[in-house]
Amino acid sequence: MISEADLAAIWLTLKLATTVTILLLLIGTPIAWWLARTRSWWKGPVGAVVALPLVLPPTVLGFYLLVAMGPNGFVGELTQSLGLGTLPFTFWGLVVGSLFYSLPFVVQPIQNAMEALGQRPLEVAATLRAGPWDRFFTVVLPLSRPGFVTAAVLGFAHTVGEFGVVLMIGGNIPGETGVVSVQIYDHVEALEYAQAHVLAGGMLAFSFLVLLGLYGFQRKHPARGLRW
Amino acid sequence: MRAVNGFIAVALCCLLSGPALAARIHVAVAANFSAAMRDIATKFEQSTGHELLLSFGSSGKIFAQIQHGAPFQVFLSADREKPEALEQAGLGVPGSRFTYAVGALALWSATPGFVDDTPTRLISGAFNKLALANPKLAPYGVAAVEVLEALQLQQVTEPRWVVGENIAQAYQFVATGNADLGFVALSQILHQGRIKEGSSWLVPPELYSPIRQDAVLLQSATDSEGARALLDYLRSDEVRGIIHAHGYTTE
Repeated sequence: MISEADLAAIWLTLKLATTVTILLLLIGTPIAWWLARTRSWWKGPVGAVVALPLVLPPTVLGFYLLVAMGPNGFVGELTQSLGLGTLPFTFWGLVVGSLFYSLPFVVQPIQNAMEALGQRPLEVAATLRAGPWDRFFTVVLPLSRPGFVTAAVLGFAHTVGEFGVVLMIGGNIPGETGVVSVQIYDHVEALEYAQAHVLAGGMLAFSFLVLLGLYGFQRKHPARGLRW
Repeated sequence: MRAVNGFIAVALCCLLSGPALAARIHVAVAANFSAAMRDIATKFEQSTGHELLLSFGSSGKIFAQIQHGAPFQVFLSADREKPEALEQAGLGVPGSRFTYAVGALALWSATPGFVDDTPTRLISGAFNKLALANPKLAPYGVAAVEVLEALQLQQVTEPRWVVGENIAQAYQFVATGNADLGFVALSQILHQGRIKEGSSWLVPPELYSPIRQDAVLLQSATDSEGARALLDYLRSDEVRGIIHAHGYTTE
């Protein structure tokens, strides 16, 4: 029932989602920390940019990424001058696209968790002579753990479900950019509804179970402002 | 005052009689034919008073929508198979099918002078990516693969294919400069009878099977005079002229 091409698509999707989730936790944490703490005028604009993918149609994001990462775009010129070639139609192109696309799903839960901490634990740690780095790694990170779990789960699931951006910058190359959502789309368009059902049903079950697990976790570890 | 009354009377007449005569026809159109169809629709509405509601999309998607009760009355497909299948399934009116346009394939680059009017560039291999529509889904993709097979280039070029889900996306990959070359529909790169930008090779029709695009009247429109008028209009000389100007031929 599941063809080799479908299996390749599933494997590629998991690889993409894992890579993106790890990178997003690394990139998203300092952004979330800054957004949670800053009183700067920039908090509004930066927060808005981070949240943009929540409201923008993925085709808009995909189209601008295609133009920007192309040989005449500013990202494309940068990657070419670094000897990396251009990013569209490559796995790393999808990774870059997904970083933008899933950014709010990772930053916002972490930011909410950090904001929910308040000043108190940090002040207490400071009176015990913990330096800023020490406070961040031994106080902020452990106390924000529920936020990180939510962020990782949502970032992963959202990347698995990505379609519009991948369609625009992927080029549907087997094993390189042909992810599950595109594979489902191809099956439907080719009127292969049986194969489409297998993958689409799997996707539905996966998404439901992920969210079910997440809400179960959140009930056990309640934290303010973490409801999604 | 009398003049105003007269004006109101005329206006009322027009308002009341208008909808009674003119029909609103919902037409589903394959994406590659959208520019031509917009031109045709304007003329058709002017000359008949009927109103056309145009929905553009890939033929596969429209086909699935019709199967699930989409309120279309006429379907202009990008191929022959789907109108035929609809007729067999009892969703199309028997005997209403005909080929309204035959598509032409072009190898196109957004860079002027990159392609001359021969396949030399393709054979030389001096390009980064070759964009084409998905041969599993799009007739223009099937034609592109046939051309590559005819030139015995399928295997050597395949690692460099980037596949769009339809011909519009293949065009987009080339237009944004991400692929040096791409097989596109001639209709996409033609503007008022000329190639609008870049350079191209108009692929000789011997190298691929004709891309026949069929129209079909759908069951819900069996008694719609307006829908039948549109199908007749599509076969008129005037419309053929428009279709040719958009880079298609007719049978």
